[in-house]
Amino acid sequence: MNFFGREWIADWLGGLGRITSLTRDAIASCLTFKVAWCDLLYQIYFIGIKSQSVVLVTGAFTGMVLAAQTYYQFHKIKMDTATLAVVSVSMCSELGPVLTALMVAGRVGAAIAAEIGTMRVTEQIDALRTLATHPVDYLVVPRLIAANIALPLLTIEAMFVGIAASYLIGVYLLGIDPAYAWWNMLKYSHDSDVLIGLVKSVVYGGIIALIGCYKGLTCKVGAEGVGRATTEAVVYASITILISNFFLTVTLEHLCVLLDL
Amino acid sequence: MIEVRNLKKSFGQQPILDGVSFQIEHGESVVIIGRSGGGKSVLLKHIIGLLQPDSGSVLIDDENIVGMNERQLLRVRQKFGMVFQGAALFDSMTVAENVAFAFRRQKKMTEGEIAKRVAFALELVDLPGTQNKNPAELSGGMRKRVGLARAIIYEPQIVLYDEPTTGLDPIVSDSIDKLIIRVRDHLKVTSVVVTHDMRSARRVGNHVLMLHNKKIYANCTPESLFASTDPVVRQFIDGVADPHGVQF
Repeated sequence: MNFFGREWIADWLGGLGRITSLTRDAIASCLTFKVAWCDLLYQIYFIGIKSQSVVLVTGAFTGMVLAAQTYYQFHKIKMDTATLAVVSVSMCSELGPVLTALMVAGRVGAAIAAEIGTMRVTEQIDALRTLATHPVDYLVVPRLIAANIALPLLTIEAMFVGIAASYLIGVYLLGIDPAYAWWNMLKYSHDSDVLIGLVKSVVYGGIIALIGCYKGLTCKVGAEGVGRATTEAVVYASITILISNFFLTVTLEHLCVLLDL
Repeated sequence: MIEVRNLKKSFGQQPILDGVSFQIEHGESVVIIGRSGGGKSVLLKHIIGLLQPDSGSVLIDDENIVGMNERQLLRVRQKFGMVFQGAALFDSMTVAENVAFAFRRQKKMTEGEIAKRVAFALELVDLPGTQNKNPAELSGGMRKRVGLARAIIYEPQIVLYDEPTTGLDPIVSDSIDKLIIRVRDHLKVTSVVVTHDMRSARRVGNHVLMLHNKKIYANCTPESLFASTDPVVRQFIDGVADPHGVQF
C-alpha cells in the first residue's frame, strides 16, 4: 500500500477513535443529568419544530408516490387492496425513519456543524473552556438529547402523514375500496413495525447530532474549514444512516421474531 | 505561581517552542513579547491548558497540568480568566449573558446577585449600561473590554491577555492598558500579557519575557530591556526590519 493509502487509513481510524471518545464523553455527561433545560428546549424547538415542514412534505409525497407505484404494479395481478398495507409497513419500519433522518441530517446536521465550527474558528470554544465549561456538556449533550427526542416524534409524524396521503391517493384517486384497504392495512401492519421505526429514529438522532457536533468541534480554521465540516457532516451522517439501516433492520427484525412481538 | 519547565511544542514538522522555561510569582505582571508567529499565543494557551505540549511541564500552584484530562483541567481553570485576541464573545448572547455566563452555569447565585456582579464588572471596564447590547453592535475596543469583564467577574487569581491592544487605535489601546493596570491593582491578580506593542509592554509589565528562536531570549524588567544593547532585543524594540530578510 502506498504512503497516501496508509495516511488515509490512519486518518480514518483516528477519526473513528475521536468520535467514539466524543460519544463516550457525551453519554457519560448525559448520565449526570446536569443539562440546562433552556438549552435543551431550544434545541428541541430547533431540531423538532423547525424541521416539521420538511418532514411533512417528505412524508406526504413519499406516501403518495409509494401508493401510486405499488398500485400500478399490484393492479396487474389484481391485488389493488393490498396497496395500503405495503405503504403502511414501508412507512413505519423503513421509509418513515430513514427519510425523516436524511432530511433532518441535511437541515440540522449541517446547521450544528456550521454553528459549532464557527464557534471553534472564532475561539468561542476555547473561551468556553477557559470559563470552566466542558464543550461536550454545553454544546453536544443538549443537541444529542434533543435529537433523540425530536427524531422519533418527527418520524411518527412522517409515518402518519405518509399513510394518510397514500390513503387519500389510493381511495379517492386510484379507486381502491376503503374497507378492504383498511382491513389489509390493519392485518399486515404490526406494532413491531412502528417499534422498529421508532428504535431506528432514536439511533439516527444520535448519529446526526454526534456527527454534526464532531465535525464542528474538529473543523479546520477558516471559512473553507467551516464549509467542509458542514458538507462532511451531512454526507457522513447520511451514509452512516443508510449503512446502519441495513444492520438495524436485520437485527431488529430478528429480535422481534425472537421476542414474538 | 506559574512555572513552565523545558516546554516543547511542534505543529506537524514545525517546531514552535523548543525548551521554554520561566517562573511567574503571584501578583506579578508579566509581558511576553516576540515576533508575530513566534509562539507567544501558543505559550499562553499552554499555561491555561488549552494546548498540551510535546514535552515539558506547566505547574500552576505546584500542580502539573500537563497530561490532565479536560475535566481535571476545568478545576484548574477556575483560577484563570482569559482575554482573547478577537474577544471570543458568544455572538448568540447579549453582553450581560456573556459576562454572566459561568455564574449561570454554576447556578449558585440568584438573578439579582448576578445582575449586580455584571453591572460592577462592566463599570470596571468603563462600559456601564451596555448589558442588553449584542456583541455585533460593539466596536473592537468595546468587545475586548467586554471580554475583560467576562474574564474578571469571577475574581480569578490569574488573568491572561492575548494581544489585548492588537488592531486598536492608540487611544483605545491606551484605555485597554489602563484597564489592565486597574484590574491588576484592584483585584491583586497575576497578569500575563502577550503583546508586540512595546508601549503597552513598558506600561503594563513589571517583568518582560522575550521569545526568540523558539526559546526565552530575555527575562528581565522593562527598564533593563529598553536599555539593552543586545542587537536582537534592540531590533525588536526599535522595530527595524532585518535588511537580509526583505527582498524585492
